[in-house]
Amino acid sequence: MSTATVVNTETQTRSLGYKSFSIGQFKFERDEYFANISYPGGRHIIPIDAFLRSLMRDVAWGFFYGTVNFDSVFGTINHYGTVEMFVGLLNESYRSANRHYVETFDSKDLKGVFEAMLDDWTNEGFDPFAAPGETGVPFGVKHGNNSKAIRRERIVAKRMVGLPGDLMLRNDAMGMKVNRQFADVPQDQPEVHAEPGFEKEVHAYNAFGYVSRSDVTWNPSVLSCVDDSQFCATTEEHILPITHGNDRVEWFIQVTDQIVWDVEDGKTGKPRAKVTMKAGDVAAMPADIRHRGYSPKRSILVVWENNDGSLPKRYSSGELAPYPVEF
Amino acid sequence: MSSPQTQFGSLASYQKGGVEVINDDPKHYVFSNVFEVASKFGPYERVAVGKNLRYVIEAVRAEGNSPWYSANHDESVVIMDGEVEIHYIKPDSAQVPAGKEGAVKLANEPKGKKMGWVKVRRGHQALLPANSAYQFRSAKPGVLLIQSILGDCTLERWADICQK
Repeated sequence: MSTATVVNTETQTRSLGYKSFSIGQFKFERDEYFANISYPGGRHIIPIDAFLRSLMRDVAWGFFYGTVNFDSVFGTINHYGTVEMFVGLLNESYRSANRHYVETFDSKDLKGVFEAMLDDWTNEGFDPFAAPGETGVPFGVKHGNNSKAIRRERIVAKRMVGLPGDLMLRNDAMGMKVNRQFADVPQDQPEVHAEPGFEKEVHAYNAFGYVSRSDVTWNPSVLSCVDDSQFCATTEEHILPITHGNDRVEWFIQVTDQIVWDVEDGKTGKPRAKVTMKAGDVAAMPADIRHRGYSPKRSILVVWENNDGSLPKRYSSGELAPYPVEF
Repeated sequence: MSSPQTQFGSLASYQKGGVEVINDDPKHYVFSNVFEVASKFGPYERVAVGKNLRYVIEAVRAEGNSPWYSANHDESVVIMDGEVEIHYIKPDSAQVPAGKEGAVKLANEPKGKKMGWVKVRRGHQALLPANSAYQFRSAKPGVLLIQSILGDCTLERWADICQK
């Protein structure tokens, strides 16, 4: 593994109008259909629609918990302050042939390059956070941008959505309209009768209604916290653009509809299970797997996370079993 | 063209998915369904359906009046089915020993100042604030999902509720 000296150069490439980007020994270029990644010893190609959707999540999530696999070859691993960017590190064939390549960057440096790349490579009319059925296509020569759409981030309630000083409830006036596939989700608000002085404690809101107004897919945002326990709700439609590799146990609570998860070994990518979740189902995702979800209709999922920063080391060292419960 | 219909679950009607193993043990996924759990256990038995070290998610059948509970930390509840009132009291004296985690069942309604109440239905989430006492009241059977910390009230019945 090498440690990078960050060099970020942006140059105008060819006549397509896109900039190229480099950091460390990695270089990124896009053409009309593909993202092209070159690194010492090789090159890798990812379809541009899949690449931009993955890049959007990696940027918005601040590299998220653990590994963000753009595909079976390329991705990032979050070390919370630094990030490893790799080719083939978690691919058994690359590893066994010693063809993998990894560099470590300061998180803020790599995020800066990714943000600039996402901004330059996203054309007008394409929203990488949207479901494919509700956005345009990213192909062709550079035309315009969609800077507003790509600046959305994972949002985090400090205590609970709707409390004074916390995340605001969503409504039409804010431009947060009920998604077309959740038109039948009730939008009524609870009755709240707080005695004077207890307005910050006697609190309730319509969580499903709040989530039904999300304008992004596959982007868990925190509804409520109990210390490091975070209820992260998200609306899912089509395919999770990345394959998320866990560095801790996380849990899924399927609130509506259905998602099918492909579960693979976190290090090798070998298939381990297929998990079908319907409304009311609860399942753990072990700390040593990677997973990718398929949601045929927009669904509501609660991703339940443990935000304890000591966990990645405790799991990777073997102090904690990768499974949450023995029975 | 008809609008997509959102599929919710309920005590009366739910479908359950499952784990199809390729090369693993289904127990590693601790797979259960909150409606099935609520249908099998008694009112206000707080059955863990998720556990992440010291944190838990409890599935609860709401029916009638619950005991009064208190905790030293925030909890939250999502109503998965039914309609429930939650009544809150600020106790005159601490009901839970310092440092103790998880909800504690109180012997009686504590003396203290009424904080107010909420009426919540499916999809609503309510705060169960630290150092308050709270009681659920549900005229008909419903299902609650409580975000909390493992404690005296938490029932762990993994072998009874999970796919094996």
